[in-house]
Amino acid sequence: METETDQIYHLDVGNLLGFNPNHRFPSAPSSREELVKECLEESRKLVQAIANALFNFTSTETNDGPIVQLPPPTTKLPREKHVPRPKPPTKWEEFALKKGIQKRKKDKVVWDEQTDQFKRRHGYDRVNDDNDVPIIEAKATDEPGEDPFAKRLDEKKKRVGKQQKNRLQNLKAAEKAGALPSHVQLAATSLPISGTKSQPKKIGKDELGDVAGLAATSTASGGKFDKKLPGEKAPKKQGKHHKYLPVVAGRGAVNPEKEQTNNVLSKIFSKHSHEILNVGKAINMYNVKKEKKKSGRSDKSGRSDKSGRSDKLKPKKDITKKPANKAK
Amino acid sequence: MLEIRTPKTGKAKRVLEKRAPKLVETGRKTLILHGTKTSATVSSVLMELYRLKKGGAIKYSRRNENIRPFESGGETSLEFFSQKTDCSIFVYGSHTKKRPDNLVLGRMYDHQVYDLIEVGIENFKSLLSFSYDKKFAPHEGTKPFICFTGEGFENVPELKHLKEVLTDLFRGEVVDNLNLTGLDRAYVCSAISPTKVFLTHCALKLKRSGTIVPRMELVEVGPSMDLVIRRNRLPNESLMKEAMRTSKDKPKKKEKNVDQDAVRGKIGKIYMPDQKLDEMHLHDKSKGRKRERKESKLLNEETDSKKNKKSSE
Repeated sequence: METETDQIYHLDVGNLLGFNPNHRFPSAPSSREELVKECLEESRKLVQAIANALFNFTSTETNDGPIVQLPPPTTKLPREKHVPRPKPPTKWEEFALKKGIQKRKKDKVVWDEQTDQFKRRHGYDRVNDDNDVPIIEAKATDEPGEDPFAKRLDEKKKRVGKQQKNRLQNLKAAEKAGALPSHVQLAATSLPISGTKSQPKKIGKDELGDVAGLAATSTASGGKFDKKLPGEKAPKKQGKHHKYLPVVAGRGAVNPEKEQTNNVLSKIFSKHSHEILNVGKAINMYNVKKEKKKSGRSDKSGRSDKSGRSDKLKPKKDITKKPANKAK
Repeated sequence: MLEIRTPKTGKAKRVLEKRAPKLVETGRKTLILHGTKTSATVSSVLMELYRLKKGGAIKYSRRNENIRPFESGGETSLEFFSQKTDCSIFVYGSHTKKRPDNLVLGRMYDHQVYDLIEVGIENFKSLLSFSYDKKFAPHEGTKPFICFTGEGFENVPELKHLKEVLTDLFRGEVVDNLNLTGLDRAYVCSAISPTKVFLTHCALKLKRSGTIVPRMELVEVGPSMDLVIRRNRLPNESLMKEAMRTSKDKPKKKEKNVDQDAVRGKIGKIYMPDQKLDEMHLHDKSKGRKRERKESKLLNEETDSKKNKKSSE
């Protein structure tokens, strides 16, 4: 019995999700309470099915209660961020790979020969500090006027500068591959510092065309005389596409405009004209119009607004034209 | 000139690393927003949703007039907020004459809008209006059961989409280990018609039964509402493919016919096609084909004739 229900229900124990695709709610709405009751009952069955699976897993007892290992969820849901992209190897890493140099773990504390004690490798009072050397012996290659201490400082600065430059190059390469570390930002880019350095949204050809069209139509001449880039196509005709029939008939051809109007007339006058022309509606509209006219004329004195508006819409009588038949 | 900027405090660095994309993702954070105008129902729905999702939700209280999820330009604000708060699912509530009591549920991928679904709220009952024994009230932050009932969720594409979005919304954190005493809530979603879904939040009562598995009972506690599907926007194909991609999807392609051995090293197999020796084309040795042969023949003839001449003489 249990296995039967499990087959009918789609259970995703990893998400504590249950789906019953076979239940049909009555299309005729019973009372709200009945409906609610039915929903709750069906869901109770689902929850029971999931709980059956859950409680049958092997559980480890802890202070808070039995803990169970959930299986991975089966429903496929979209990710919220992209899969982390692999970082391209840095210049040093490539070199080390090529030469077969292995990374060796260095101790924090190193034996110092000069003072016969353990000193730290980096930081205050470190081993082999460059600045602590009191005497530098002159070599045969040294120039007489040169300061060796200043020279050492200079060399250090150069080394540090070179290292910074290399670091920048490595980060640029990583950014190009989309794998910049989450806490680093290269300042030339304008995106805010954030954990996810996402690639700017790639605009498709259609979108670009739409935006270009928008920009073109916003110019004074509607984008007609804009200089086109090489390869840019003229915009497709926007707006309504009218097809006008030729007014004058060609040689031997029937006058198309005449044809068109004849078709319309014949349809109206045909036997099945009631299907095209809704006679009842037409009569109603005519009657309503007539009544409005009457009511408009009768309270012309009282309601100036209504008649005023209708007056504006009516074709104005030309005062200059004299009536044809003058009553003598 | 390019400059490398890194955070100066350890805390800032940790926050940024938390927000970085991970291989296996835990649940989404929710962003709850108001639109230009909100009715009483919408504001209470948003408030209660925030309370249900207390640990993983951020609620903005101000009105946002320039957010229009379904228009192409109206999503920039949403994307900015998503980036600022690191939320990848949002609930936007508004109320207009055309769309009363409107709720837009949307998801983000890489802080860009991935998909949207718009629902209308009907028959909303607040959680304050339910009376129940307070002993069974669900605790904050517990992992809920989610139950979908009805064939609509399988047949109607909009309902399918809604099912996916609701799963994402209510799921909470994705965890490996679950404490069985912490099961105390369930979300019930039933497709009562092809356009309507009845959603309610229940507390769980675990009663003794004969077996290890307790008998589960649902008690309605939380807000209940009817969701009427209005509009939806599915993600475009390429984006969907990219978002659904997981790291384990493509098993590494085995290179064919190459074998790596400790003893022999790297060995490859080459398969020769069947050679039909009688149909094979060797170079044409027929007479008259080669120019050189022709020429040499002519030369031979000349020398022969010369010889003949000589001999005759």
